[in-house]
Amino acid sequence: MKFGIIVFPGSNCDRDVAAVTRGILGQPTRMVWHQETEIKDIDIIVIPGGFSYGDYLRCGAIARFSPVIKSTIEHAKSGKYVLGICNGFQILTEIGLLPGALIRNQNLHFICDRVSLKIETTDLAWTGDYSKSQIITLPIAHGEGRYYADLDTIKELEDNQRVVFRYASEEGEIANIHNPNGSLNNIAGITNQRGNILGMMPHPERASDTLLGESDGLKLFESILSVTSSNC
Amino acid sequence: MSNKYHSRIYITLRSSVLDPAGVAVQSGLKQLGYQEVEEVRIGKYVEMTFNATDEAKAKEKVDFICDRLLANPVIENYSFELTNISN
Repeated sequence: MKFGIIVFPGSNCDRDVAAVTRGILGQPTRMVWHQETEIKDIDIIVIPGGFSYGDYLRCGAIARFSPVIKSTIEHAKSGKYVLGICNGFQILTEIGLLPGALIRNQNLHFICDRVSLKIETTDLAWTGDYSKSQIITLPIAHGEGRYYADLDTIKELEDNQRVVFRYASEEGEIANIHNPNGSLNNIAGITNQRGNILGMMPHPERASDTLLGESDGLKLFESILSVTSSNC
Repeated sequence: MSNKYHSRIYITLRSSVLDPAGVAVQSGLKQLGYQEVEEVRIGKYVEMTFNATDEAKAKEKVDFICDRLLANPVIENYSFELTNISN
């Protein structure tokens, strides 16, 4: 399985993702500069965290017009996998591959913390190695991570089990006090209807190496790898 | 013949979207003694100068630009004023 990590001016989690996919999992991984258009060799596209184009205008707004995005949309529409982490999630909503928007945290703070997340569905290629309702801990680091969408969109996401991760207590309770940024319904990550596109604010790549203290994120990469490898 | 236009574009958060920065500014205004301020909403202001053949085309252009880039219709509304500055 070949991973492709898109690098925009201002991306800063690109090499962290490569440290997992290439370093820990031993998979071929190519850094894809945002000016590239030929990405047919790639199986799994990762749009990493950071501050693409300095977050000017809105987070992810200008990245949308990079040449690689058109190819990424084709990649996604053909059913291949796309993972957007943090700024990558913001970009996925700006380009319309995922619904809604990520707006300023309710408390106006840039939040850098570790949070508990509830795995809401394991029926996805991204979460197959977790168990349903499992609570995991991942880092978050964002100023604009409050998930917002109109009520119809939220209903559609909930009705179709498209909420993948929710901010929760360590015991799995979903309540406002466990919601770091004011996201509607404590939403931390969602998928598209088909399940091949995942957007999430927490950083699984920063919790994949036990040397760094936590490895709850590694299963996400292992899940997608086991599914895609068995398809070949 | 081409005309030069100047556009003043106002981008505001949709009323359904909470504006925590506006709430923080409102609390600042209260500290300043303006208890009567009921609500503050913060938006963006963009000025743009460009050429277009006529006013209808100029409006069409600004609308497209706002819809595609300057505003995110999921969370924001926009309005604009247009002035012909050819002379």
